Amino acid sequence: MSDLPVVPDGVAEIDLVGVRKGAFGSQGSGDTSGFGGLVAPIVMPGASIPPFGSWYDEVAEELALSLVDAGVSGAVERIVIDRGEMTFYVTPENLIAFMTECRDEPALRFEMCTSVSGVHFPQDKDRELHIVYALLSITHNRRIRVEVSIPDSDRHLPSLVALYPSVDWHERETWDFFGVIFDGHPALTRIQMPDDWVGHPQRKDYPLGGIPVEYKGASIPAPDHRRSYN
Amino acid sequence: MTTTEFTNPDPFSGSYDTTDGTVYNLGGGDWDSIAAAPEGENERIVVNMGPQHPSTHGVLRMILELEGETVVEARCGIGFLHTGIEKNMEFRTWVQGVTYVTRMDYLAPMFNETAYCLSVERLLGIEDHIPERANVIRVMMMELNRVSSHLVALATGGMELGALTAMIFGFRERELVLDIFEMVSGLRMNSAYIRPGGVAQDLPSGAEEKIRETVVLLRKRLKDTSDLLVDNAIWMGRTVGVGYLDLTGCMALGITGPILRSTGLPHDLRKSAPYCGYENYEFNVPTQKTSDAYGRFLIRIAEMHESLNIVDQCLDRLVPGPIMIADKKIAWPSQLSVGSDGQGNSPEHIQEIMSESMEALIHHFKLVTEGFSVPAGQAYVPIESPRGELGAHVVSTGGTRPYRVHFRDPSFNNLQAVSAMSEGSMIADVIAAVASIDPVMGGVDR
Repeated sequence: MSDLPVVPDGVAEIDLVGVRKGAFGSQGSGDTSGFGGLVAPIVMPGASIPPFGSWYDEVAEELALSLVDAGVSGAVERIVIDRGEMTFYVTPENLIAFMTECRDEPALRFEMCTSVSGVHFPQDKDRELHIVYALLSITHNRRIRVEVSIPDSDRHLPSLVALYPSVDWHERETWDFFGVIFDGHPALTRIQMPDDWVGHPQRKDYPLGGIPVEYKGASIPAPDHRRSYN
Repeated sequence: MTTTEFTNPDPFSGSYDTTDGTVYNLGGGDWDSIAAAPEGENERIVVNMGPQHPSTHGVLRMILELEGETVVEARCGIGFLHTGIEKNMEFRTWVQGVTYVTRMDYLAPMFNETAYCLSVERLLGIEDHIPERANVIRVMMMELNRVSSHLVALATGGMELGALTAMIFGFRERELVLDIFEMVSGLRMNSAYIRPGGVAQDLPSGAEEKIRETVVLLRKRLKDTSDLLVDNAIWMGRTVGVGYLDLTGCMALGITGPILRSTGLPHDLRKSAPYCGYENYEFNVPTQKTSDAYGRFLIRIAEMHESLNIVDQCLDRLVPGPIMIADKKIAWPSQLSVGSDGQGNSPEHIQEIMSESMEALIHHFKLVTEGFSVPAGQAYVPIESPRGELGAHVVSTGGTRPYRVHFRDPSFNNLQAVSAMSEGSMIADVIAAVASIDPVMGGVDR
């Protein structure tokens, strides 16, 4: 089907983010197929083992050196090279220091933070919310992705607006959709949803509405409660 | 109803009792304190421009703080067109996602589809297996789409500044491009034509000649538009030096596309990170050094000519061949053909699955209802849309539906520049500045 192996080569450890159960996404109905009993781990691409090849090694080394110069340790949890894209998993407390080096170090020079996005993994315990930053270096024509995981119980991250003013609206959007509080943001208000909206719609636990139909109190179930393949 | 609610229904309005009953004061609010504010040079008023305003380029709300006619502060309010497309996609198959993303930036549907499909294809690991013909058709559709999008940018931008002929010209020429889209995909807009693995269907017979003729006609008509505006004193008076944003500002605010190129930086993802075979085409990246609305206008004019050159090269590169990946586990099982009712599956395919091969029927059924699974991981493949860097951050957990799709839409990001471009300028220049950003609210709000 594809050129990608099931377990990619050069992977040090696996990154388990959840468990998939069944094959049709519904529980409690009379499933006689047996597929309802399926249990499968959801494994994201794991940490890569150096040397990474291409320009990845240079970026990794320069970053490691400049982080040492800045007196920061333990900032990078792991580095993942997957499908030609480089991802740094960074600890939340070192995010500002890491991004500062990315932007200011001449050999790195990631001038632009083009996007901030969130992903919600409710089963990834104490790392439920993943915040993903996309960095672009026009100088060196390189791209990296920076991912930070924070627990749902303490949804705070330092804001990067002072470093990259472009993330202003992106952080507001991530707050709006995922409820991540970016400390230090100049005006962290909702941006897409109405100001008085309750809840954060892109989260996986956000309740979706079904549609009542005029037939003996029946209703069309919400999309996440319908029988469907998963 | 309680007494308090009755006597004081509006917390901002006062009331007092008289012998004839309670009298309600409809003045209310903080109007008195506002009216009593010192008048003269320090007087500031807040004007809400939009969201229903013909000059704000869609349902964009601008909150302008004015001192006379000078803008002191400009802020944008967005979200009026938010439709939850990204959330909806999490409950549809990977192929159905195309139908959703095409509705985001509705002036550049081909770009939305391509950005999404490239990310899905990277997740599938099939980037190198896309047939050559599919890539050429994708490039051709995107470049035609760039022309139609820039034409709308000129048309609406011109209309907002009072150049109504530019609007008539722009929309008239755009219709030529939309006719091609209709001929090829069946739909003028929101065509869901580019699919993971290739394109939905092959070019119909006669399409190549039609495109060739249209390119010739467009070149001639584009000249009319540029003759009308390029050296037009009124147009220049409204746009030269207006909406200024230099390279430093663009870098800080993450601005890409024509706005960035109007500062003199030739950053174009088609050159710096080619996709869909853009490295095989010859074209220039037009730049200006003026950093203003006029420069962006000139860039859009020049880019349309470059796009038409690319379309010409595409037509020369088109050779017969497959338009969908050979992998039967991904490719849509049926081919559409035009039946007597104007649409339908091909009779050969119906014949095969209904009376010849049970396995083919099962395969068709599984692929259409369940869809294909995509290996777990995440991908982000940015492309150069008419407005700048457009990319889809697609996350899969190995299922038959996207786990998360986030669109990095250039309009969304670039709208942040409204404050920097228009604070300190006249209120009329705000219109020109916003028009030069060319935001499409469908893409901003998604």
